[in-house]
Amino acid sequence: MYEDGQVRPPYARLEHWTRAMPAELRHLKQAEAEALFRRIGITFAVYGEGGDPDRLIPFDMFPRVFTQAEWLRLERGIKQRARALNAFLVDVYGRGEIVRAGRIPAHLVYRNAAYEKAVVGFVPPRGVYSHIVGVDLVRTGPDQFYVLEDNCRTPSGVSYMLENREIMMRMFPALFRENPILPVDRYPELLRRTLASVAPAKCDRDPTVAILTPGHYNSAYYEHSFLADMMGVELVEGQDLFVEGEFVWMRTTEGPRKVDVIYRRIDDAFLDPLCFRPDSALGVPGLMDVYRSGGVTIASAPGAGVADDKAIYTYVPEMVRFYLGEAPILENVPTWQCARADELKHVLENLHELVVKEVHGSGGYGMLVGPCSTKAQIAAFRAKIEANPGNYIAQPTLALSTCPTFVEEGIAPRHVDLRPYCLMGERVELVPGGLTRVALTEGSLVVNSSQGGGVKDTWVLAE
Amino acid sequence: MLSRTADNLYWIARYIERAETMARLLQVGERISLVPHVGGGGFRNEWDSLLQASGTADGFARKYGEAVQRNIESYVFFDHDNPSSIASCVAQARENARIVRTALTAQVWDALNTAFQELRQLERTERSELDILALAEWTTNKTAMIKGAIDTTLLRNDGWDFLHLGYNLERADNTARLMDVKYYVLLPQLDLVGTGYDNYQWITLLRALSVLRAFRWAYGGEVTARKIADFLILNGQCPRSLITCACSMVTHLDRLAEGYARPTGAQALARRIHADLAGMTPDTIFDEGLHEFLGRFVRDVAALARLVHEDYLSGDVR
Amino acid sequence: MILTVTHRTLYRYDAPVRGVVQSHRLTPAAFEGQRPRDWRVTVTGGVTGGGFRDGAGDWVQGYTVQGPVSEIEVLVEGVIETADTAGVLRGHREAVAPPVYLRKTAATRADNALRALAEKAQTGTQDPLDQAHRLMAAVADAIDYRPGQTDAGTSAAEALARGAGVCQDHAHAMIACARSLGLPARYVSGYLMAGEDEGPHEAAHAWAEIWIEGLSAWVGFDAANRCCPNAQYIRLGSGFDARDAAPIRGTARGTGEERLDVTVAIAAVQQ
Repeated sequence: MYEDGQVRPPYARLEHWTRAMPAELRHLKQAEAEALFRRIGITFAVYGEGGDPDRLIPFDMFPRVFTQAEWLRLERGIKQRARALNAFLVDVYGRGEIVRAGRIPAHLVYRNAAYEKAVVGFVPPRGVYSHIVGVDLVRTGPDQFYVLEDNCRTPSGVSYMLENREIMMRMFPALFRENPILPVDRYPELLRRTLASVAPAKCDRDPTVAILTPGHYNSAYYEHSFLADMMGVELVEGQDLFVEGEFVWMRTTEGPRKVDVIYRRIDDAFLDPLCFRPDSALGVPGLMDVYRSGGVTIASAPGAGVADDKAIYTYVPEMVRFYLGEAPILENVPTWQCARADELKHVLENLHELVVKEVHGSGGYGMLVGPCSTKAQIAAFRAKIEANPGNYIAQPTLALSTCPTFVEEGIAPRHVDLRPYCLMGERVELVPGGLTRVALTEGSLVVNSSQGGGVKDTWVLAE
Repeated sequence: MLSRTADNLYWIARYIERAETMARLLQVGERISLVPHVGGGGFRNEWDSLLQASGTADGFARKYGEAVQRNIESYVFFDHDNPSSIASCVAQARENARIVRTALTAQVWDALNTAFQELRQLERTERSELDILALAEWTTNKTAMIKGAIDTTLLRNDGWDFLHLGYNLERADNTARLMDVKYYVLLPQLDLVGTGYDNYQWITLLRALSVLRAFRWAYGGEVTARKIADFLILNGQCPRSLITCACSMVTHLDRLAEGYARPTGAQALARRIHADLAGMTPDTIFDEGLHEFLGRFVRDVAALARLVHEDYLSGDVR
Repeated sequence: MILTVTHRTLYRYDAPVRGVVQSHRLTPAAFEGQRPRDWRVTVTGGVTGGGFRDGAGDWVQGYTVQGPVSEIEVLVEGVIETADTAGVLRGHREAVAPPVYLRKTAATRADNALRALAEKAQTGTQDPLDQAHRLMAAVADAIDYRPGQTDAGTSAAEALARGAGVCQDHAHAMIACARSLGLPARYVSGYLMAGEDEGPHEAAHAWAEIWIEGLSAWVGFDAANRCCPNAQYIRLGSGFDARDAAPIRGTARGTGEERLDVTVAIAAVQQ
């Protein structure tokens, strides 16, 4: 928020707003916001913990603000990245030119656990594997953004982007009258259009889209049902679908109804017990045969995960250069691969100032934040790395930007990241905004909701 | 709509109706315990027949053995081991609703969710602070609110029909079972006996169905077994009578058949059940034997529930 | 050689099931070693589903059977012309990069014993083809052909520990050893026309293929018979292991217990 001791211009307008809000009113508003969230039912179940299954993600009312100029640059960078990632996926399931050209080591691609042999040789409609690319960004300077990671499978959290905005508009309508905040509510319609645009060639009518959820016990069930509702499409579980002949059908009260596009929110391994895990009860037997013979589109495409692997991440700027012939607009965080002996040495020598992550980890689990760890924790982690170096990458701790956040004592800076959602179908689209996650603990860099992070509304100003 | 969605809606209604029936049983049981015991075993017999009517007598006996009122109240209201307890029904209804949130209005969800949240509060409250009649009343208030929200805010689409099918199937079944448990006191020869005790049993039955005042307004004069049978089985004015339920099932199955342009076996059976009832008088029922008639009706309703499942909810519809 | 194949798989359910979905790899691909002349798969009451050639060059065909049904027969009848290419898979169109087949699966994970077996076979030669041949001999020595000792779920490590198994176990052990040496390896399912004086091997057969970089080709190794596939072999499809390469993968919706009857007859046509 601050720059050379001055409030950054986009936040200047909010100074007045916060000054005019005494603590009592703020607490009242905060309670109101929570009541709204609970009433709507936006809750989040935390894996592996008992307690309240209907826990709320803490919502911070202080918005994060971008100017239009800042956003335009981000937007170009994200779209560029999403295009490169998809080009990579089509390539590595085809001839693998980037590997042949020696730009990415073969083993990182072909021996990757997320690489699906079952889809080799298949080009999905419009050549899109990842239809929703969630790019996690952090800001380290006025014009410097780093990409932390890409999410090519089923990035979650977009319902918070939409609901956070709804709630802010409901609680502080004046703010929206006074500030030219670009709307994000087109997202569900854009998503529906994106999905419809990748219907398979065999679909000869207005495509039927459905969202496939693992079920109502899943922590993200609210998001699945929210998106289905906003898009006006059915929310199905595996048991609601079946394969007959060349197509996938939905079980309805009026008989079978053909499904053309499945936006799945379950992992590859569970999609089809005939093709992947035979014990999966979440998927649809025979689905992959229908998919590969062009009877249905699965979004994101099975196998898309190979592009968002943390070891592949290092090579995304290379992908941009290789496939698009452009210079990458967004930078990667410098990353050391523990699989390489020389880099491993550097990592082990500097553990106290690095962030070390598991290659396939997510949700902020299984990572070491060096500067915030005790000697014992570092020693324990060192042993894990030495036992299986290929499983780890390391990055420097960045001087992350902070955003004003309401805390008990008033307003204080807290670290934030940003996840915009880029849609790829017939067109590449991005709504002006995203999910801002905030580390509510002072000094903390971990923003994951499963580890006590919160969320904020994200504004892009029109002028 | 998705068969599973229809199934969830249908079960929301069945559980809510079941919770309501349970609440009424609690009210009646409480009342019985306030009058002096007549004959051997008095209230114990009454509780037992109420548990039997709700199909939970065996489960109770396994868990508690002897029928002690306090245990019965716990079992019927709070016990999650009892799938028909009010707590179980409300939790199940709410879980079904959570799955199909998008098929409900905010008002219906609010009513269901509020009931669930308040129930969790009640479960945390010291049992001695809770009055069973207040709990029963809380239940009937909540179920009325849920039904009100359904009837005033929900789109009149197929989902609405499945909700009503659930309500009416459950209600028809509950009314018939409750009568069947008490069929022997409704045998016509007892009209001649006319003891105070039997009369009390009839009144208890009407109370259990919350139709005692309605009955008095509709019939007046002496309470007789014939009048009661007529009211609870054949009178279309009685909200819980078998014919009222049958009529409503026909209406909703007809709507579905028309909407889907597909007649079903369920529709045909509902029509037959309704036509049967419409052609009956109390005399024909007593000629057949009340117990036999009710047994047949309960089987018919179960068959109808199976057909509704096959024709709409199972997902195997072709 | 011209071979005729009749492969009948009969599924019986003790209670009717609501439906069956299957994915077949029952149609042999054409390459130098084999050329199908006439090939037909029929499924009683089956609706033909999606069919496609997968990345490994095998034809995959979906079938669904609408229930209730208590018996399904999958019948494969075909005539195929085969040639001996010394086990080398030539002219087979496929797109999967060989390093993909270095992946470990539960059935093909190498334990210390398997790794030791592989190391021993490797000593004294740098030539992968040579290594693969020695490996075949080592696996054949270490695992006796004895049916009934193992089942479909037995892993390579378990079979080696037991010292006995069938062709599936030999193939799994070959694959586990080869991958531990860094040689891409895969499981092949198919048919074998056994000669009269040879072992009592079943006509439904399986072996391993190992990628030989120097030849730029996959080469088959049948440790159960200590040879490379020749004109008596018909290749149906491949995968990481037996499950992944299964000719029929299927599932039934319902509670009926499944019983399976398989008969395979292979005969050479007189010319």
